[in-house]
Amino acid sequence: MILTEMMMKVTPIKNGTVIDHISAGQALNVLKILGIYHTTDATISVLMNVTSRNLGKKDIVKVEMRELEVGEVNKIALIAPGATINIIRDYEVAEKYAVDMPDLIVGVMRCPNHNCISNTDEPIKSQFLVKNKNPVVLRCLYCEQTITENIADYLI
Amino acid sequence: MFEKRHVLSMREFSREEIDAVLAMADTLEPYAYGGNCNSLTGKILALLFFEPSTRTRMSFETAMMRMGGKTLNLGPAEGSAIAKGESLADTIRVIGCYADALVIRHPKEGSAQLASEFSPVPVLNAGDGAGHHPTQTLLDLYTIRKESHLDELSITLLGDLKYGRTVHSLAYALALYGAEITLVSPPSLRMPDQIKADLEAKGTTVRETGDLNEVIEEIDVLYVTRIQRERFPDPREYQKVARSYKITTDLLKKVKDDLIIMHPLPRVDEIDPEVDGTKHAVYFRQSFYGVPVRMALLKMLIGGDDID
Repeated sequence: MILTEMMMKVTPIKNGTVIDHISAGQALNVLKILGIYHTTDATISVLMNVTSRNLGKKDIVKVEMRELEVGEVNKIALIAPGATINIIRDYEVAEKYAVDMPDLIVGVMRCPNHNCISNTDEPIKSQFLVKNKNPVVLRCLYCEQTITENIADYLI
Repeated sequence: MFEKRHVLSMREFSREEIDAVLAMADTLEPYAYGGNCNSLTGKILALLFFEPSTRTRMSFETAMMRMGGKTLNLGPAEGSAIAKGESLADTIRVIGCYADALVIRHPKEGSAQLASEFSPVPVLNAGDGAGHHPTQTLLDLYTIRKESHLDELSITLLGDLKYGRTVHSLAYALALYGAEITLVSPPSLRMPDQIKADLEAKGTTVRETGDLNEVIEEIDVLYVTRIQRERFPDPREYQKVARSYKITTDLLKKVKDDLIIMHPLPRVDEIDPEVDGTKHAVYFRQSFYGVPVRMALLKMLIGGDDID
């Protein structure tokens, strides 16, 4: 069997989730948003800056043996609004959908305002209202500070 | 018309809700002078001031006492659980069980929102850092309604329009009434563009100038704010600016007969004391109106008995 260039980079997964069409260079931030940045048992493949017909370059993340839920993947839209989610069962794409940003982002971002109560040891999670999805405009529920650019810089 | 559980910011108020508060304040104003009102007898208001305040705290205390209620004070923060490292959330949960409503002033922005998430009773925001101070805005609106008029209003906001939180939320609230707003400030203290854009998006006419003389003859309300010395690195620059915005009796020679001058106080030297005796000066009455407005809010949030 002749391996194609793509196959040599990464093999198909049997069960799990493939996050495709991630904006190039954002794959590690996607893992961060998904909370997969500590030690993990899961088999994870990360492809960065692969050639894409539509995007030019893109990133792909594959998470084996875990079907990510809509609530958790939608947060990815913050940094990769064009990402698509493929749920894989027995090597087949069982479900496929585009990410859609939620109206409220909880516990994912840190408020840029140092004097915001959410940046203290209080027992609360940061909360941002999504005022606009494209371009992204977030407003802190606590101090009303807005975030419009460099979103990845504020990921917790 | 008024079904709020907390009063955290002016952003959440509709014009109808503001009108309801102002109408209730009007009903309660006679009692603010010392009439016999026992509507909140047996009720307790806890005052949690994590920052010093004189008029706001005393005005809330007066409002509660004029309606027969009692107040609890947090006392100096050093002596309380906070100094031992207790979270604000826990303090709120505990004190919320002692009282029928909480008033909070705290140096961190968003602290009142946090308090509302943990409090079993209504929370009133009396200032959260550089954030909101809604009861000041409501008393400003009440003053304008009592001493001038809210409809077809022409108002000038003067002074520090960049950092002053009171002028920002007042401007937003006035936009609900379609006021014509003129902004007069030194170039370095202009109102942030985002706020001006928001006001214009709401259909309000906003004019901007550095010269008060251009507008003084035509306006109904002149709202003066303090220009803080610390905003100017060069003291000479501060002196120059402060002088150019000082309200004097000379300046008032050409104003409309029924012009009113407001100021959230404390003032330093932006209004000459000679102006105090003129019919235009309403800033001390404005300060008093904080009592009926806060009485109205306490009544609407706590409930209590019917007004006698």
